[in-house]
Amino acid sequence: MDGSNFRPVSYSDTLIAFPSRRRAASASKGQPVLKFILRRIGASALVLLGASVLMFVLTIKSGDPLQDLNESNDPNRDALIAERTERMRLDDTWYERYWDWLSGVGGCFTGSCDLGVTVNGIDVLNLTQQAAASTLRLITLSTLLAIVVGVALGILTAIRQYSGFDYTVTFSAFLFFSLPVFWAATLLKEYAAIQYNNWIAVGQYAPWTIVIVGLLAGFLLQAVLGGSARRRIVTAATAFAFVTVVLFAFNALDWWRDPMFGIGGVLVVSAAAGVLVTALVAGLRNRRALYAALTTVVVGVIAYLVTAPLLVNEPSWLLLIGLFVIAVVVSVAVGAAWGGYARKQSMLVSGITGVITSIMVVADLLIAHWSSFLGLKSRPISTIGSQTPNFNGEFWERALDMGTQILLPTILLTLVSVATHSRYTRSSMLETLNQDYVRTARSKGLSEREVIVKHAFRNALIPITTIVAFDFAALIGGAIITEQVFGWKGMGALFQDGLRAVDPAPVMAFFLVTGIAAVLMNLLADIAYAALDPRIRR
Amino acid sequence: MSDIRNSNPDGQDFEPQISATGTDAVGLAAGGSAAPLPGEDKSYSQGQLVVRRFFRHRGALSAMIVLGIVIVVAFTSIGVGPIPGWWPKDYTLQYDKIGDGAPTWEYPFGQDTGGKDYFALVMRGTQFSLIIAFAVGIISTLVGTLIGALAGFYRGWVESILMRMTDVFIVIPLLAVAAVLGRMAGGNGILGLALVLGLVTWTSLARLVRGEVLSLRERDFVLAAQAVGTGAWRIITRHVLPNAVGVIIVSATLSISTAILLETSLSFLGFGVQPPDTSLGTLISEYQAAFTTRPWLFWWPGLMILTIALCVNFIGDGLRDAFDPRQNRSKD
Repeated sequence: MDGSNFRPVSYSDTLIAFPSRRRAASASKGQPVLKFILRRIGASALVLLGASVLMFVLTIKSGDPLQDLNESNDPNRDALIAERTERMRLDDTWYERYWDWLSGVGGCFTGSCDLGVTVNGIDVLNLTQQAAASTLRLITLSTLLAIVVGVALGILTAIRQYSGFDYTVTFSAFLFFSLPVFWAATLLKEYAAIQYNNWIAVGQYAPWTIVIVGLLAGFLLQAVLGGSARRRIVTAATAFAFVTVVLFAFNALDWWRDPMFGIGGVLVVSAAAGVLVTALVAGLRNRRALYAALTTVVVGVIAYLVTAPLLVNEPSWLLLIGLFVIAVVVSVAVGAAWGGYARKQSMLVSGITGVITSIMVVADLLIAHWSSFLGLKSRPISTIGSQTPNFNGEFWERALDMGTQILLPTILLTLVSVATHSRYTRSSMLETLNQDYVRTARSKGLSEREVIVKHAFRNALIPITTIVAFDFAALIGGAIITEQVFGWKGMGALFQDGLRAVDPAPVMAFFLVTGIAAVLMNLLADIAYAALDPRIRR
Repeated sequence: MSDIRNSNPDGQDFEPQISATGTDAVGLAAGGSAAPLPGEDKSYSQGQLVVRRFFRHRGALSAMIVLGIVIVVAFTSIGVGPIPGWWPKDYTLQYDKIGDGAPTWEYPFGQDTGGKDYFALVMRGTQFSLIIAFAVGIISTLVGTLIGALAGFYRGWVESILMRMTDVFIVIPLLAVAAVLGRMAGGNGILGLALVLGLVTWTSLARLVRGEVLSLRERDFVLAAQAVGTGAWRIITRHVLPNAVGVIIVSATLSISTAILLETSLSFLGFGVQPPDTSLGTLISEYQAAFTTRPWLFWWPGLMILTIALCVNFIGDGLRDAFDPRQNRSKD
């Protein structure tokens, strides 16, 4: 369970933050890194090969593939048995069948992939492509969400150790990773989907719900921000007032059924996010970073106004991705232009702000289409499937449909991962906060932000990367259950159907995808290690 | 100061030098405050310190009590095998249904669709799940400790082979290999299932133990033992492993909670416990369609799984704090 010991790295005690001349170091010693990575890939390939033998043998020995035919009363039973025996090569030894499969997979390197056929003669390669696409969509989203939320929660709980907030998050984390996923899924279907769908038909909050939500928000915020008793009360009261007023206003505007966000919303939220990012990454005293962030927001909103006709009417995914890339490039360039003495910091700040602004623009477009979407699909959140059958809407309505379908499984997968990520981040942060270099940083008179973000957090990230990498691979495995409960046709279904039919081809396809994902993620973790920790780039 | 106090977080009193550190730890801890608290002027062995720290962890202590109650009730209420329990109803018999079978005083967990007493059914499922979880925990701990200790102690080709083998198991998703093995072992009853699950869940422990042994084998007391001609096996069992006991115990605890979730998930998918045996996972799988009409059939087994896993996780956390007090002392 504890991943921090997975890679023995010799930590010296005198490590101070991070040297900024990273480029110089990696340029002069680029060769060993490449060698190291190649060696890792070689070792991983051997491990994958060994695991594939194990998996193949276990699968074909796990039952009798002819069981359903042996029990059937079909008049041409014997012919069917002979046909299946022929197709699955049941008369051959396991190594002949394995070799057959392996040479088919080996064909992938020469451009002619062959993952075999299922028990019914369907081409597995095709099935795998569809299944992997739908599973990866599910996993990627929840992994990203889980990293952001989990790491943030972990840092906050480490800073506010032994506060009410810490205890609440700790208990919830334990609760979530003790949760049987298949059981929680049914609860989620009932309370987050069915009850919500009933509620959205009216779309009004009862007054007491608003009061409770406001109280909760006030309690959470004061617990996170902390401070003296008086400051806490002020924080809680402000949060309570803000939340209740907003929710009552939403009720009055019928916002939940006919929401709007608008250019103003995009501008205000993105600007607030820009200020927050600056405060966290560079500190508000760094005016150049602040101006870079705000410029990015303004440029983003202007770009939104200019491209709006393109975006509202039937855009394509490719266009969206292209615009997103341009947005990131432009915002980084804005940061570089403002930069000055801390160019990299400004670039980072405005880059993050640019990403947030882009997300806000997409959110605005989605929100604007919510009411027409409700008209097409009156019970928006579905409990089953990855797409509503026969759903005919425009681009953004289809996007909303996909979003509402993916919502429940994503929440479930995210909750479990957030629990692990926040715990690991917390303990990793606590460990670094105890180090001498953090004490040194404090005694130099650095601000608390600099101590935590630059000195503690960057070092705490090193063990966290391992966990995230392991978790991604584990999530694909764990998605077997999530997919089953939510009726997704993904890798999990492929695996289960294959295993039930004692059919090695789909099972091995599942293994191939998860195994390669695991190897790739570990490789990414290694590279991230090298980027985060200069001691590894030897 | 904190460095000295924590230099041997998991040491045992097998080595004289470590007991000495244990005594120091208390002395230093008390030295900071002006008036030593009552009881802190006494010296404790490492083991006693661990026990004291564990009992001060309120969450872990309550979790232990709750888990104890669950275990006792699950095994005494309907009895084990031929031994009868104190609960008057039998899980095989169908009783007259009261209303739609909602929980009443007579049937505290309600009745299932056929009128069976659901309390007895859930207790039986809990028994099976607990047996599997503990058996898996024990097997995986034994295997993981053995492999990790051998790899860490001998290094060289032994380590290469053992650790590559571990990698092979790690690269296959746990649920997948468990499902395949569970399908194979399904016919052999719950102990067969527990055995195969134990044979796939040892990997993380093996890596942890190896890491621990790698650092322990360089310590002076191992050198001393080697110098007087102690055999490798004896060094591993008497000198190295007792010093890694903290890591092992914590990991064993957590593997029990992994095992209970793994077993229930497999049974839910139909690759785990096979009828006529039952487990909490099969109960949920059987009655999940009844959620809207008879929610109690769905709530109870899930709550039992949640309770057991939560308690075990809390106990594991308490043990980790007790064996390795570094993390919860950041601000003293």
